[in-house]
Amino acid sequence: MSVRHALLALLSEGPKYGFQLRQEFEEGTGDVWPLNVGQVYSTLQRLERSGHIESDDTADEGPQKVFRLTEEGKSELHRWLSTPTDMASPPRDELVIKVLSALRVPGVDVNDLIQLHRRYLVELMQQWTHLKDDEADFDLAFALVVDAELSRLDSVIRWLDQAEGRLMRAELESAVPSLVPRLRRRLVPRR
Amino acid sequence: MSFLELRNISKSYGAGSTLVYALVDACLSVDRGNLVAVMGPSGSGKSSLLTIAGSLEEPTSGEVLIEGNSLASMSHNDKARLRRRTIGYVFQDFNLLAGLTALENVSLPLELDDLSPRKARTLAMAALENIGIAERSGHFPDELSGGERQRVAIARAIVGERHLLLADEPSGALDSANGEAVMKMIRRACKQGVAAVVVTHDAHLASWADSVVFLKDGRIVDQTVPPPSVESLIAPTPTS
Repeated sequence: MSVRHALLALLSEGPKYGFQLRQEFEEGTGDVWPLNVGQVYSTLQRLERSGHIESDDTADEGPQKVFRLTEEGKSELHRWLSTPTDMASPPRDELVIKVLSALRVPGVDVNDLIQLHRRYLVELMQQWTHLKDDEADFDLAFALVVDAELSRLDSVIRWLDQAEGRLMRAELESAVPSLVPRLRRRLVPRR
Repeated sequence: MSFLELRNISKSYGAGSTLVYALVDACLSVDRGNLVAVMGPSGSGKSSLLTIAGSLEEPTSGEVLIEGNSLASMSHNDKARLRRRTIGYVFQDFNLLAGLTALENVSLPLELDDLSPRKARTLAMAALENIGIAERSGHFPDELSGGERQRVAIARAIVGERHLLLADEPSGALDSANGEAVMKMIRRACKQGVAAVVVTHDAHLASWADSVVFLKDGRIVDQTVPPPSVESLIAPTPTS
């Protein structure tokens, strides 16, 4: 999560106090990602050092200091917004590694492991959905954050469903070994 | 006492070498005010569970109770009356009658139950208002969008004194916004005292339920536990 760029986005609306930036960041993300004061001020100091923002030098350090976006900060913000977020390299997903590992451990039923995670993920989705039922209609930022989380959890459940189906097919194939190579050969495209 | 109770339900089709079990020893209880989702892949027995719960099909063994009354001890006519008065069905493809308006579709089950047409239409209009689609009451199904048709189907399922709503992939044919609207309506019906069972393969849909039951090869293999407080989802404020 780029707190740095989110703060630049808030300052694109005009000069703001440090405490105000923290409050607006939390409200703007539906209070799902709380920030502590230290994190806000250390990020603001870094942004000031890199010339992306400037402050009123005469004021003391602390909540009364006003920050504003520089031209450099504005172009950095637009560069960030117009650059695709890096999703090219697959994350090292612990669940995927766990399922792959379980296949090698004698006495472990990978289907049980899949169901354990499926239930856990659905329980998490239930919690997010119930939040949405209560509040989402009234807060656009919160609804967007909850939608993102639900879609992420749902995609993991879909992968578990696929994995379960694939493992079942693999088990069936190993039960009829004589038939499968023939079918496979038939499926290989002719050149 | 649960409004709907399935006790050790098994259902098989065929015989001898073609014998197939759709459900094996399934148990399920649903109270009024509760929304239960049944999740499972295609062929896991979801639809059989729903049709047996709704007395549209007989189990091979086991017992279905609605308001404590066993369906097995009911006459054919009593079961038909129960289906008309107590149970509402919602299907993926809406199942509205094309020649009837939205209002007529909703009032028809009441009229079939010997309610006067005037009273039936008053109750049907109240159900359409409850679902927020009263302004479309005079339209025919082909003049309504998919989302609107499913709303009419939900109004038909909860009109009058129906307290059991059974839905088979109710938002399967809809986009995500309309699917969400449909689930919100089913939840609202539950808050008003309806007991609901929704079968689906979609986790988004199932997550609207109070509890989710997982079906695999005809067996109930798992169930979610009631979620802890929602605050547990929010990340704690970092300390450094």
